[in-house]
Amino acid sequence: MMNKHPEPAVEAAGLRVVRGGRTVLDDLTFAIPRGQITGLLGPSGCGKSTLMRAVVGSQAQVTGTLTVLGRPAGHRTLRPEVGYVTQAPSVYADLTARQNLDYYAAVLGIHRRDRPATVDRTLRDVDLTSHADALTGTLSGGQRGRVSLAVALLGEPELLVLDEPTVGLDPVLRRDLWRLFHRLTEERGATVLVSSHVMDEAERCHRLLLLRDGRLLADDTPDALRRSTASYTVEDAFLHLVDQADAAEREGTADAKNSTGPHDTAAPTEATPS
Amino acid sequence: MNPARTLATARRVLRQLSHDPRTIALMLVVPCVLLTLLKYVFDADPRSFDSAGASLLGIFPLVTMFLVTSIATLRERTSGTLERLLSMPLGRADLLVGYALAFGAVAVVQAALATGLTFLALGLNVAGSAWLLLVVALADAFLGTALGLFISAFAASEFQAVQFLPAVLLPQLLLCGLFVPRGDMQPVLSGVSDALPMSYAVDGMSQVSHHTGVTGDFVRDLAVVAGCALLALALGAATLRRRTA
Repeated sequence: MMNKHPEPAVEAAGLRVVRGGRTVLDDLTFAIPRGQITGLLGPSGCGKSTLMRAVVGSQAQVTGTLTVLGRPAGHRTLRPEVGYVTQAPSVYADLTARQNLDYYAAVLGIHRRDRPATVDRTLRDVDLTSHADALTGTLSGGQRGRVSLAVALLGEPELLVLDEPTVGLDPVLRRDLWRLFHRLTEERGATVLVSSHVMDEAERCHRLLLLRDGRLLADDTPDALRRSTASYTVEDAFLHLVDQADAAEREGTADAKNSTGPHDTAAPTEATPS
Repeated sequence: MNPARTLATARRVLRQLSHDPRTIALMLVVPCVLLTLLKYVFDADPRSFDSAGASLLGIFPLVTMFLVTSIATLRERTSGTLERLLSMPLGRADLLVGYALAFGAVAVVQAALATGLTFLALGLNVAGSAWLLLVVALADAFLGTALGLFISAFAASEFQAVQFLPAVLLPQLLLCGLFVPRGDMQPVLSGVSDALPMSYAVDGMSQVSHHTGVTGDFVRDLAVVAGCALLALALGAATLRRRTA
């Protein structure tokens, strides 16, 4: 059974984030069930990364309620239980993959005795054993991204927050990583929140959150989304919902408040960690 | 603070450095070369070498550690590794003290080489003991590390970080008493130099050059340098935010 815990892994109510005077996330209310893969989808700049940063507690100026594993997001006791992978690989380019993992494992409090085995297992999980002793800076972009992903897997976290982990990977590797995500939810009951702007990955998720301009367009399973919009693919469903939202905005709210700003004109709202 | 995490951080920083032998060589060799150069610049006036050489033994570690630390911490901030570390169970003190330990270890080697060379090969003549010079050099290195950590918060790029060296350290170098005794300066400048930590780094060195034992002024200078370093470290800790916009 997938839902051992009745309470959701992440629960948001009236969640709002302001960055540099701009409302990046506006009045989001949703729940992410435990033990499942939830995909966070939407065009680049729609606020996906900001939402993920809010969940892991590194985003400032968050208002509303955001509960993660039963505690307020960013609570210190959550730090060992939440694994976070930023979009740009956050690893040390001047260390080998193994040395990176060894250090992060120490930070996570994994005992010196258990570290080599943990590091080896994690390297196997992301298929990097053959490159374990190469300097991370000399690896390809996709390999570096996997070192970064491996760091998040080290502590066997309850909740994994992955910001576009499959960007720039070849199809075989992408499939393998999705298999790994499924294995994590099935074998360990972990919860995975993964963002992507590639809609075909949506089909591999248990649930989807569709985000556009900082607002939630949909929160449902891929099947239900396709059914309710009479679409063949999630991509079509998304476009259908976007058109619907645009039409509603044109009709009803011409006099009311303007939208929070189209995503393609203002500065990108995505929290690029660089 | 957690000793295991602090030591792991120090070991990680040293491992990073070990993959960059050229930086290590520059850190260790450049001060020795400059001191040798100085010796022959003052060829006609060995007395001046004694005082300037001792002062520079304190200034080199400060400058090198400032540069290395500010760039290293800046990288940590811009590469996303800082954000990741702060989302993990790592205390800010673990990170800062880890850095201070790692660069402190490098500073020990650097100061030992430079002090050894000036004493044994270049014939530096001071009244006090070489060990005391080494102690001051270490305190100065600690100050450089702490200042570098703090200043890196204000640099958005490596270009800016490098520019902070002339902005932050050169005024202190001009006012520290290396070129003109601090009391002979225009009174306002002399007052300013009283407020700058490098002045005490250099004063501490000249105490060792001119006195045989540990003087009260020496202890005061050392305390001021260490106190400034701790203050900079505390301010640096305040710039490490778990939540950022």
